[in-house]
Amino acid sequence: MGVVKIDKAWKQTVAHEHPAKRPPEDGGQVSRPAMELEPPKRRSRLALIVIAALRSSIPPLLGFVLFVLAWMLVAEHSGVPGPVKTWESALKVFAHPFYSNGPNDEGIGWNVLRSLSRVAIGFGMAAVVGIPLGFLIGRFAFLSRMSKPIISLLRPVSPLAWLPIGLYVFKAAQPAAIWVIFISSIWPMIINTATGVTRVPQDYLNVARVLKLSEWKVFTKILFPAVLPYMMTGMRLSMGIAWLVIVAAEMLTGGVGIGFWIWDEWNNLNVAHIIIAIFVVGIVGYLLEEALLLVAKRFDYYGGGS
Amino acid sequence: MSHYVHIENLSKVFDTRKGRFVALRDVNLSIREGEFVSIIGHSGCGKSTLLNIIAGLTEATSGILLCGGREIAGPGPDRAVVFQNHSLLPWMSCFENVYLAVERVFGREENKACLKRRTHAALDIVGLAHAANKLPYVLSGGMKQRVGIARALSMQPKVLLLDEPLGALDALTRTHLQDELLRIVAASGCTTIMVTHDVDEAVLLSDRVVMLTNGPSATIGAVVHVDLPRPRMRLGLANDQIYHARRTALLEFLYERQGVAGGEAA
Repeated sequence: MGVVKIDKAWKQTVAHEHPAKRPPEDGGQVSRPAMELEPPKRRSRLALIVIAALRSSIPPLLGFVLFVLAWMLVAEHSGVPGPVKTWESALKVFAHPFYSNGPNDEGIGWNVLRSLSRVAIGFGMAAVVGIPLGFLIGRFAFLSRMSKPIISLLRPVSPLAWLPIGLYVFKAAQPAAIWVIFISSIWPMIINTATGVTRVPQDYLNVARVLKLSEWKVFTKILFPAVLPYMMTGMRLSMGIAWLVIVAAEMLTGGVGIGFWIWDEWNNLNVAHIIIAIFVVGIVGYLLEEALLLVAKRFDYYGGGS
Repeated sequence: MSHYVHIENLSKVFDTRKGRFVALRDVNLSIREGEFVSIIGHSGCGKSTLLNIIAGLTEATSGILLCGGREIAGPGPDRAVVFQNHSLLPWMSCFENVYLAVERVFGREENKACLKRRTHAALDIVGLAHAANKLPYVLSGGMKQRVGIARALSMQPKVLLLDEPLGALDALTRTHLQDELLRIVAASGCTTIMVTHDVDEAVLLSDRVVMLTNGPSATIGAVVHVDLPRPRMRLGLANDQIYHARRTALLEFLYERQGVAGGEAA
């Protein structure tokens, strides 16, 4: 399970890299018809690179254009603000992202930062608890069998179902939201770390046995590095969940945060702002994912994921 | 003193779902200090199991196992193992892989500079000084295996255990590494036990070749003494009478006496 996920992640990174890495090949193919029209010496290296760049950027651009067209079409018939109106509104929103007029009226920048800080705290605590727990569960079969039914039972629970418990226990919105992030993002980290520990190749452990390494050395030199890629996958999945959940949680708890901002704009019937918020949530989520992928790439010891 | 590794009435029984599976029985073997012994047999006959038992990685079911006059109770750096699939830690450079072993064995008595010198020396012996800072994945299979050998030798083991060390390599690299192994082992003077399924490799390198019968319940079927003088040169042996006689003896055992059932047992 964990392996498959990691592979996917790597494939994604590879897919991102390829257009940049392969311009000469692609360029060569593209410009073959052009050769008949132009004298050959005009096709400099630069031209090849430009053509390759164009070629690799055309599909995503086309996708984006089609998306905007579909959006315009929907806007035409439903009354939802179209791209132009949303763009104008966005310019105003982003003109002052960090204004503050009291607790319930802050700029979008502040709202995003509040959400991010909640995610950071909830996610951080989940990592601090979940990763060591994953190591223990992976290391000791007894613990694994002990925790399995509980994890299987609790993991599929919708994150928001935990919110009332948080509100009841903490009697405040802020810790309740963090609690929801914590409890919903802890599972992938536990499960992936535990899987990673059970998948440490026996060969590596045999090396440790022949060398009679101390438990500490086994952990730092073999177990931890071997599990790290699995851990990173768990963290990436958890981060994805955390960012999904924070928006919903903040809608319910109120206060500040991008989720609350969306709900507030709904109450103001400012649909353009809601669309802006959706883009912001999407872009921030994408950046978080990319950042974690970048970290994960550092621990690719096998030269490309084999 | 003369018999450094001593195995008496060793047996190994696995408890499987289908019941007891006797892998090895009545294995008796004594190995002199500095001797090079190969264990050969068809795949599945339990030769790796025997090596793992000597390494201490697998526990014997019954029998006496001595190494240097002491009972083998578990793995230890006095019996260094070169694994078939090299087993280098992929997150460490070649240097670090070897250093891990050096530090474990000599870390208490020697300072860092000394340990580093040992590590470099070990990489030097296998001709990989230039690759010290490379991660294993950029190396070829033969180079990885050489790092594995360097790691084992760096520990200055009493016994060097080679588990089909060249089994995963292509024929040319294999030949080349056999020659290197010949030189390296001679220089180190280690007592060496090697598992192999390559007849030429066994004859070229060994003082004695121990042949296992087909499993299950494999045991030592015959022992061939390779009384060729050292240092041995591959080309010189090509026309050597003794070499061919020993080689034939091995082939006869493997393909006439143990041949028919061999394929099925594997």
